[in-house]
Amino acid sequence: MKTRKLICIVCPNGCELTAEIITGETLAVGEVTGSLCDKGPVWAKQEIVSPMRTIASSILVKGGDYPLVSVRTDSAIPREMIQTVMAVIKDKSISAPVEIGDVLIPNPAGTSCNIIATRHVNVAGIRDQGSGIRN
Amino acid sequence: MDRMKRDLVVIGGGPAGISAAIAAKKAGCPDVLLIERDKMLGGILNQCIHDGFGLHRFGETLTGPEYAQRHIDEFKRLSIEAMLSTIVLSMGPDRKLAVSSKKGFTEITAGAIILAMGCRERTAGAISLPGTRPAGIYTAGAAQNMINLQNIMVGERAVILGSGDIGMIMARRMTLEGAKVEAVFELLPYPSGLQRNIQQCLNDFDIPLNLSTTVTEVHGKNRLTGVTVAQVDAHYQPIESTKRHIPCDTLLLSIGLIPENELTRQAGVSMAPATSGALVDDTLMTAIEGIFSCGNVLHVHDLVDYVSEEAEQAGTNAARYLREGLPKVEKTVLIKPVDGVRYAMPQKVSGTSDFTISLRVTNPGKNQYLSVRANGRKIARRKKIRLHPAEMERIKVKAEKLDGAKTLEVGLE
Repeated sequence: MKTRKLICIVCPNGCELTAEIITGETLAVGEVTGSLCDKGPVWAKQEIVSPMRTIASSILVKGGDYPLVSVRTDSAIPREMIQTVMAVIKDKSISAPVEIGDVLIPNPAGTSCNIIATRHVNVAGIRDQGSGIRN
Repeated sequence: MDRMKRDLVVIGGGPAGISAAIAAKKAGCPDVLLIERDKMLGGILNQCIHDGFGLHRFGETLTGPEYAQRHIDEFKRLSIEAMLSTIVLSMGPDRKLAVSSKKGFTEITAGAIILAMGCRERTAGAISLPGTRPAGIYTAGAAQNMINLQNIMVGERAVILGSGDIGMIMARRMTLEGAKVEAVFELLPYPSGLQRNIQQCLNDFDIPLNLSTTVTEVHGKNRLTGVTVAQVDAHYQPIESTKRHIPCDTLLLSIGLIPENELTRQAGVSMAPATSGALVDDTLMTAIEGIFSCGNVLHVHDLVDYVSEEAEQAGTNAARYLREGLPKVEKTVLIKPVDGVRYAMPQKVSGTSDFTISLRVTNPGKNQYLSVRANGRKIARRKKIRLHPAEMERIKVKAEKLDGAKTLEVGLE
């Protein structure tokens, strides 16, 4: 039986997993050991068949109190699509205001994820109201 | 000059300060003031736009700004006051603070203070980086700030010295932004960041991680043109025959973090050499009455979830101190790191209630037990499949098990 060793990226524990590889007509994964939780084996099976990743970056904002809004994928994308999706993100620019959670790019490069904002960007010059926070 | 009296002043508006302020307010402290030198709350989380935060606290993986915003929203809901763009210039043992803001100078006398100033990065000077001093050498966090907050790309061809998490995160970030990252070099024989980051930040992008290797010379007059790297021997001395030149225009340093304790020292708070933070008891109070410490200024954490949790303890305990004064402690139990444990925090406990010891090990190891011993008896034990200096460990101890011990030993077996 062939095995493959992987470092799980689901959480900071970074478990060292060992997965049994079943080589038949299609690639299949048998037992996965070494995981502290039940998410590890699920991740390992996906990782061996088709690795998926989330990405985070930023998008240019016009007229905002910050020049960039940080963004992320709201679900994982195939790892080989990372640079393709990054190219779509780099081409994009938007106008303030932006709310956290706003969908800024739906389905970039035909993937099933959305690119969402991970912070607020206010229109430049407008003070944060009613927060009790003073400058 | 303005003068004011406040019940509780929290210094620092990063994850520790925000959570400490929230917890103090919730624990019944009516008057909480948070002072932050930046123009926004959130601290370093604002530039940590990658995900992986909040798994322990929220059961989901968030980016830094999202993790910060959840706490800022609660901070605002509780109408806690924050002074932004404001810096604390000095702190005395009498809990008097000299504070400078755009409005001028203010002297604040606080009933209690929570130190939550976080940490800063070690720089090229700290490791006596040999060679010239051209442009293009940044700490990883400074580059992260420029790329993620200021929209300034730092370079096109980078070498990273140090395998801390920020360095690896920046290796990925620069690659995503189109730069070529040549390699990460680590002086130690093991990586100093999390395993998952080696996988998702380096392996995914075919960025080599070279252990027991360091930068021996920096080249370039105006702009960095390259670095010389070499493998090191068991005494960390470069091996001449392994020297090679790598052309690059950028060198990022991810070589460690230093708790930012200038105010703490100025007030005369006793420090713990192993953590570079204050000596604290299990209420996170320092040796000066009414001054508490939490988060990365107390000891450098690797996960923000634990920073928030620790800060909540400090906030709750500060509120209790303001309400009830010092607890009547009959004895003090010292906590001593032994056998493979580099530090243990808190350094002393009252022994009247259960507590958690945070610690780091000296060397990587497998299948060992963390153990706490009192008078030679094991009173707490935890099996670990893997131990690593880069990963903070925690172990809970029950007060009832102390049984009159004056010293607890925290070690490996």
